[in-house]
Amino acid sequence: MSVNYGSKRTVVGASYGFRDWLSQRITAGLMAVFTIVLLAQVLLISGPIGYEQWAGIFASQWMKFITFAVIVALTWHVWVGVRDIWMDYVKPVAVRLLLQVLTIVWLVGCAGWAVQVLWRL
Amino acid sequence: MTELTRKRPEFRNINALRDLPTYRLPAAGWVSILHRVSGALMFVLLPFIIWLLDASLTSEYSFAAFTAAFGVGIGFVPGWFVKLVVLALIWAYLHHFIAGVRHLYMDATHSVSKEFGKSSAVVTLVLSLALTALLGAKLFGLY
Repeated sequence: MSVNYGSKRTVVGASYGFRDWLSQRITAGLMAVFTIVLLAQVLLISGPIGYEQWAGIFASQWMKFITFAVIVALTWHVWVGVRDIWMDYVKPVAVRLLLQVLTIVWLVGCAGWAVQVLWRL
Repeated sequence: MTELTRKRPEFRNINALRDLPTYRLPAAGWVSILHRVSGALMFVLLPFIIWLLDASLTSEYSFAAFTAAFGVGIGFVPGWFVKLVVLALIWAYLHHFIAGVRHLYMDATHSVSKEFGKSSAVVTLVLSLALTALLGAKLFGLY
């Protein structure tokens, strides 16, 4: 019977998950509200939607404010979800760690790009 | 500590290639695995989604490139393929959204009966596919 506690604790790459579970739901709620807010603005535009109308939605400061919050929420949400996938299907610790690191790099890069798009406007 | 240190039994009686294609999932099972598949798809295509956002917002000129992506395509990728990928993303978003709301509703109201699990799963599948068909028809210019 091998010892798997103390310094021999089994490496699973996760804590007990309540914080992840809760943050995934809160970020999901925020993104759902954002979806409805954005959709409402698109539907309120009368006539064909060109560049002026579309970019106009994201031009206001309050829209940039919540869009930025949603980009952060999305990144966090995806991190929890994709890490769940790696933990379910990838068992070797080294491979799993590598995939988790690549996931973070991917997500941080994408988040930076999205924020840049937002504030270039 | 005995409970923790005892070796847990491992069940390795499912062969992914032989058993999974014939495994009959209930509706809730389909919603569950498709929730994961749609999430993974959006994760992989994240740079494409941000490119669409970038092109559509940056300038009049980039907006024209955004519009052209659905017509003549992007580089060597034809427009019809861009539309197909966007259609897959539309489905992924709708499924992930509706299945997510189902999750939140179940968590908030403790609706964990077998009947509700099945009926809400069927609603999720039907609604997401119907809305995908509706928006897909618009995307491909059927109306």
